Amino acid sequence: MDIIVCVKQVPDTTDVKIDPKTGTLIREGVPSIVNPDDKHAIEEALRLKEKFGGKVTVLSMGPPQAGDALREASAMGADDMVLLCDRAFAGADTWATSHTLGEAAKKIGYDLIICGREAIDGDTAQIGPQMAEHLELPQITYVRKVESADGGKIVCERALEDGYERVEANLPALLTVISDVNKPRYPSVRGIVEAYQEKEITTWTAADINADSACIGLDGSPTSVKKSFAPEPKGEGEILEGSTSEVCKQLVTKLMDKNVVR
Amino acid sequence: MAEVKINVDDCIGCGICVKKSPEGYEINDEMKAVVKNPNAPGIKEGADDCPTNAIEVIGDVAPAPAAAPAPTAAPSTKPGLAEYKGVMVFAEQRGGELVKVVIELLGRGRGLADELGVPLSATLMGQGVEGLAPQLIAAGADTVYIIQDPRLEKYNTSCYANAMIKLINSIKPEIVLYGATHIGRDLAPRIAKRLGTGLTADCTELTIEEGTNMLLQTRPAFGGNIMATIMCPDHRPQMSTVRPGIMKAIQPDASKQGEIVNFDAGLTDADVMTRIIEIIKERKQVANLEDAKVIVSGGRGVGGTDGFKTIQALADVLNAEIGGSRVAVEKGWISKDHQVGQTGKSVRPQLYIACGISGSIQHRAGMQNSDFIIAINKDPTAQIFTVADLGIVGDLFEIIPVLIEEFKAADFGQ
Ligand SMILES: Cc1cc2nc3c(=O)[nH]c(=O)nc-3n(C[C@H](O)[C@H](O)[C@H](O)COP(=O)(O)OP(=O)(O)OC[C@H]3O[C@@H](n4cnc5c(N)ncnc54)[C@H](O)[C@@H]3O)c2cc1C
Ligand SMILES: Cc1cc2nc3c(=O)[nH]c(=O)nc-3n(C[C@H](O)[C@H](O)[C@H](O)COP(=O)(O)OP(=O)(O)OC[C@H]3O[C@@H](n4cnc5c(N)ncnc54)[C@H](O)[C@@H]3O)c2cc1C
Repeated sequence: MDIIVCVKQVPDTTDVKIDPKTGTLIREGVPSIVNPDDKHAIEEALRLKEKFGGKVTVLSMGPPQAGDALREASAMGADDMVLLCDRAFAGADTWATSHTLGEAAKKIGYDLIICGREAIDGDTAQIGPQMAEHLELPQITYVRKVESADGGKIVCERALEDGYERVEANLPALLTVISDVNKPRYPSVRGIVEAYQEKEITTWTAADINADSACIGLDGSPTSVKKSFAPEPKGEGEILEGSTSEVCKQLVTKLMDKNVVR
Repeated sequence: MAEVKINVDDCIGCGICVKKSPEGYEINDEMKAVVKNPNAPGIKEGADDCPTNAIEVIGDVAPAPAAAPAPTAAPSTKPGLAEYKGVMVFAEQRGGELVKVVIELLGRGRGLADELGVPLSATLMGQGVEGLAPQLIAAGADTVYIIQDPRLEKYNTSCYANAMIKLINSIKPEIVLYGATHIGRDLAPRIAKRLGTGLTADCTELTIEEGTNMLLQTRPAFGGNIMATIMCPDHRPQMSTVRPGIMKAIQPDASKQGEIVNFDAGLTDADVMTRIIEIIKERKQVANLEDAKVIVSGGRGVGGTDGFKTIQALADVLNAEIGGSRVAVEKGWISKDHQVGQTGKSVRPQLYIACGISGSIQHRAGMQNSDFIIAINKDPTAQIFTVADLGIVGDLFEIIPVLIEEFKAADFGQ
């Protein structure tokens, strides 16, 4: 079973701090990491490969430094690495990104594509479904368990807000996975040596995937970011002063006066 | 003369600066922004809007171009866009019941439609679901489109997408809204891709831009650290998924008249790409935070399961639901369905009481829209006080018992 895993390099948003005075991001020394959901996607692909054989290719669109994310995936056990890097890809919204990744997937070939559910920077969770649409594949999103994948079919548990559903699709198909699906392995020493010293990253430009310039990058993006800003802090609240019994009395009186609970 | 520095490590190549100032910035072969001309118009705006603050402008700069950045300046002149009229809401139902966010979407959709002077419609899909139409009309819809087919009884991506696309191509609404649920976020991207239009994810604010009548869609990104306002200037419909619990529903009006239209999507078995084997409801007692009028929440400061008894006691006198920070959930003091925040629930009760919660940006993302917020925390510099209407600085174990007595004495909330 040949599997493509889409991997995005992201700034570690958990490390991002806001300057309380200016309301802007403090991003000094924020490390770039493999998007957390994508590690689970890689792990699931490796498990399927161990069961059914085949090859795992990790695919990323991004600057040359995104190659680090591919090498990390390869150290875990992925076979091939493909980086899509071209100035024409930049500024893509999810429509254009999924077009680009989809065209590359066609060139690589696959029985299954696995994406993370959501990237922690763009946060849209739209790439998986839009890639599936581009490739006319069935999709199963929010996958929390892959039950079986033999006989040309895949059966997964798809998480819902109040439970889950068991869904079946014919292969080829596209999955997006959440962190419940598995526990990603650590890279092996052998894997690290191979990934960082022996293997080469295949880099493709827009021409290499025959991408239509009207469908990629800024030009291929129907959405446009008008502005970005720090979330507004709410107006000053009031800190109640006095002894415990005084502040509690004040608080209840104020709630009654303002008719807060109706 | 201005000097403009770009920190390449922080640049994510999103191209926002290039859109703001096409003469000032460009993207290089490494997919990073570089400065073309530091004195070009809009250079400062490009820096201000960089979502990762990777651009620094030092010194005097040229003012923004007089006509403002092109893509958002004027109503698009692209042919065909004017044919698209009206606001449509995807009326998600599960097992014959409307999902709550639908009513919220109709509330906001009503406001948008009135501002634009166009009708509001709701699209209901399923099998035997026509009985839900009056609820949609009472919640604000002028028209309800019903698509019934056995293949739509349970949600499945391809059938729902194909049916919705047929309807959109026939009705041509200018705006389509979906709840940002596990179903909405599975369905809407697929529809947007095939229609060749934009989709803004998980919006928390929707407004109409004066002059252009275009939809301004605001959403959190980077884990809630920044907000972005997104438009779809040249393609229709403009589509968004909207975070549940954020928009306000309107008071239902059972006397409101509306039209019900049956639409035939002509589905066949060829439209089915995935099969639902079974749907399993997991939690017996799901915390219903979205509907609660009052929520009392606890965080790390509560200290343990025992401490949560104090929270429960306060919740009991207020008839409140219990919420918690992620720390409280991760420690196992309360279950995951109580978690409030970016990766938990977004709530907007009339009253939210945060006890021993520091108020991280991720927690605030889920509760800052509450009508009234009280914070109890022993650290006067805790972030939670920045969103609180009333704050008490002190030990929650000392304060809550006294507070409970005061509430009882005042017959509060009875
Ligand atoms: C502040 C801000 C807000 C934005 N809001 C929107 C919006 O509302 N709508 C919109 O259309 N675009 C939006 N974008 C653009 C969007 O972030 C990019 O299109 C991005 O390339 C992909 O979206 P994502 O990060 O949300 O990915 P998601 O859809 O959240 O990612 C899901 C999975 O897709 C795969 N994947 C995603 N990107 C890549 C990649 N580059 N290489 C390999 N695999 C990948 C990974 O497996 C990942 O886990 C926004 C950008 C910014 C900076
Ligand atoms: C991607 C991501 C998603 C996340 N999603 C969420 C989310 O959905 N929801 C969420 O809540 N968090 C979320 N988090 C975690 C978040 O960053 C914080 O770590 C978390 O909210 C902190 O929980 P806390 O306020 O309970 O604990 P702390 O930050 O440790 O704060 C405890 C507070 O209790 C006070 N305190 C201690 N003892 C007492 C006492 N006796 N009386 C009064 N006050 C006392 C302290 O002064 C302190 O302010 C997320 C993080 C990431 C990275």
